[in-house]
Amino acid sequence: MDELERFKQTFFEECAELMAVAEAGLLRLAPGEAEAGELDAIFRAVHSIKGGGGAFGFAELVAFAHEFEAVLDRLRSGRLPPSRALADALLHALDILARLLAAAQHGGAGPPEAAIVAADLRTLLEGAAATAPASAPAAAPVAPAAATPAAQAAEGPGTYRIVFQPHIELLQRGNEPLYMLRALKTLGFAHVTCHADALPPLPELEAEHLHLAWTVELTTAAGLDEIRDIFEFVVDDCRLEIVRLDAPDAGSEFAETEFAETAFAEPPAAPPAVAAKPQPPARPAPAAEDGARASAGAAAGGQTIRVDLDRIDRLVNLVGEMVITQAMVAEQGAALPPDAAPQLRAGLEELARHTRALQESVMAIRAQAVRSVFSRMPRLVREVAAETGKEVQLVMSGESTEVDKTVVETLVDPLTHMIRNSIDHGLEPPDEREALGKPRVGTVHLSAQHRSGRILIELADDGRGIDRPRVLRKARERGLVPEGAALSDEEVDNLIFLPGFSTADTVSAISGRGVGMDVVRRNVQGLGGRIVVASTPGEGTRFVLSLPLTLAVMDGMVVRVGDQRFVLPITHVVESLRPRPGDLRGLVNQCDMVMARGEYVRLVYLDQLLGVRDAAGDPGRGLVVLVETDEGDRLALAVDEVLGQSQVVIKSLEANFRRIDGVSAATILGDGRVALILDIAGIHEMGRGGARGTGRRPAGAAEARP
Amino acid sequence: MSGVPALRASDPALPAAEAAAAQYVAVAIGGEEYGLPILRVREIRGWTPETPLPGVPPHVRGVVNLRGLIVPVFDLRRRFGAGATAPTPRHVVVVVQLGRRLHGLLVDGISDIVAVPEGAAQPPPAFDGLIESQFIEGLVQERERMIALLDVERLLSGEAASETP
Repeated sequence: MDELERFKQTFFEECAELMAVAEAGLLRLAPGEAEAGELDAIFRAVHSIKGGGGAFGFAELVAFAHEFEAVLDRLRSGRLPPSRALADALLHALDILARLLAAAQHGGAGPPEAAIVAADLRTLLEGAAATAPASAPAAAPVAPAAATPAAQAAEGPGTYRIVFQPHIELLQRGNEPLYMLRALKTLGFAHVTCHADALPPLPELEAEHLHLAWTVELTTAAGLDEIRDIFEFVVDDCRLEIVRLDAPDAGSEFAETEFAETAFAEPPAAPPAVAAKPQPPARPAPAAEDGARASAGAAAGGQTIRVDLDRIDRLVNLVGEMVITQAMVAEQGAALPPDAAPQLRAGLEELARHTRALQESVMAIRAQAVRSVFSRMPRLVREVAAETGKEVQLVMSGESTEVDKTVVETLVDPLTHMIRNSIDHGLEPPDEREALGKPRVGTVHLSAQHRSGRILIELADDGRGIDRPRVLRKARERGLVPEGAALSDEEVDNLIFLPGFSTADTVSAISGRGVGMDVVRRNVQGLGGRIVVASTPGEGTRFVLSLPLTLAVMDGMVVRVGDQRFVLPITHVVESLRPRPGDLRGLVNQCDMVMARGEYVRLVYLDQLLGVRDAAGDPGRGLVVLVETDEGDRLALAVDEVLGQSQVVIKSLEANFRRIDGVSAATILGDGRVALILDIAGIHEMGRGGARGTGRRPAGAAEARP
Repeated sequence: MSGVPALRASDPALPAAEAAAAQYVAVAIGGEEYGLPILRVREIRGWTPETPLPGVPPHVRGVVNLRGLIVPVFDLRRRFGAGATAPTPRHVVVVVQLGRRLHGLLVDGISDIVAVPEGAAQPPPAFDGLIESQFIEGLVQERERMIALLDVERLLSGEAASETP
């Protein structure tokens, strides 16, 4: 139910957008400037509203939109010439549609004029079909007083002959003629004749094809419109002929015209909206229109507005530039003597605070719940479960966790792939599970949460876990691991991320799509994220994806190494310390361990790793910054100096160059110079071998783990 | 930007193109002159210190901030195997656009803008063992000087895609 509400919400948001499109188009239509494309856009907008409304069962809305659409269709196909009066009528109809939408959204009754305007539209249609086009708009504004004798005659009981000949595919469109016949019966006395002559012989009969037609003679007090209403949803899918038998000159065409006039002759049919119609230059019924717009506005304004993404991106970029400028100004301010210009200093502090608040607010605009991605997964799970013959239940949590829109969008592919993998490779078939004493139904748990300025997405299954001996054997076969190398369990598990790795003995249709876990990892790394896997044999596998909340800015610690400055993501920094000589331990000539908080941590010389000249190269004289990867591995970075903390705008190196190992991105510091943002996990991997540049395998494309 | 007048391809002060003549920005590296197709040149700016990148070939000097964009700067002299340039603010970086990517080329200076009529360029002779020969698409004679026209696509195509060997 909750789900449905959300879909409805989305539908109304989209409707607001579509209404805007339609209105803009119609307004241009009035001066006669609209092009064919414009008309198509209006038509599509109204058509989409009709379609969506139908899905949610807003009958009144759909019925109206249908009439509207029919006129637009004539107009765009050139069967109805554009005119000022027509444009006005359409704009009025649009306002009615807005009010019907508001009524559907908030549960109120639709505007009473809806039926009249609908009839009005139909008159336009019939005018176009039957008589000279020019007379069509003129025929519309018929005041009640001017009702013709025929119209008056149409009131009161009468007998109609209704020929209802559905198209063959009527049933396939979800319509049921029986309901219509029953509905007809509720209007009065009906004599129904069924024509089965078109029925093919039984062997050729398709259950979903309709070959029947009906003739109904209905004696009723109801008007033609009530009869027509019954066939509202099928008029496109049938041949429908309604003729008043007891009227003079009975004929289909005449009956239609008569019907339109009948509508205007109805007692409540004299609202200002209709009266205002004949004045062409004025937009019809401004009051009603304003009301419609106000209610539509209230509906939208309370919760959301839709904004062109480009505008937000521009805002984000501008704020980014402003953050840089602010940093520059702050740097200049900091150079002032401490007691000079106290007001300027206060102002600078204020500026820093506001800049940060502004930046956070702008980022919040782009934030989106991961629900939009998560909600696609149940279906995927069902499909993959069906394909593999496994029984799977998906448990999700943290769907409302918010993260930048760009991050959300890029999550789809990795998650899809990981879930396929989990079900295909991770979970055992039901019988095997039962034999192992596990529940037949495997569980895949997908969750999201915020942790220290990042989003963690976890995908866990209760399957068989990673088969380490087999993984290791495969890796050795493929030369990915040197013979005789001793790997920890964790290292073995992480082999699945290597390019060219496949654990499946037979490549299945499900996950063998040429994209492997190596691609998943590369995508995630491309976003400045990390992915790790942990597995317990027989109990399951757990993937943890850690991603930045935004790809635009981050808090960084600026450090100096030699003549260069680097930025460390603050979320990874544990502390900085000045080690005492006794805290350093080394093996050969160099200290490569440092005692920090009671444990020895591997020391990485950034100058050597990154090829920086003129660094002190001596952690005894410089500083050590203790950092932690997402996986909780600590390492100590030897730097010359910590310059401070600042918010930095993330700039892509790849846009004009390429990815660099150990570097996640670049930024521009207050003096306009570029500084590199270090990728802590990358540094961790690079530094593993001790020397620089090792420990990282080429990340080129390769066949994949299915 | 110091010392070097800003020059953009769209500058109306440039000499009008002769019909069917391609224009080249002639840049100086040591005593040699090279031509860069003017339609590829986005701007010409004075040299500013780059931020070095780890693990890149020596001719990649680093990256600079070009109005908020991070742009790599390549030392052309070094790329041609003739030793590293020791840049000063009088040196010039020519910003070249290929597709959507911007690249900075460090040269000693700008010497001229030359129009090369169609068919006027001679095919380059085969310089055996000269790195730069693979990037030269033609030679032109211009007032007693020889200018080697560079094939910028070929020169820069490998820079973005390839990973560090």
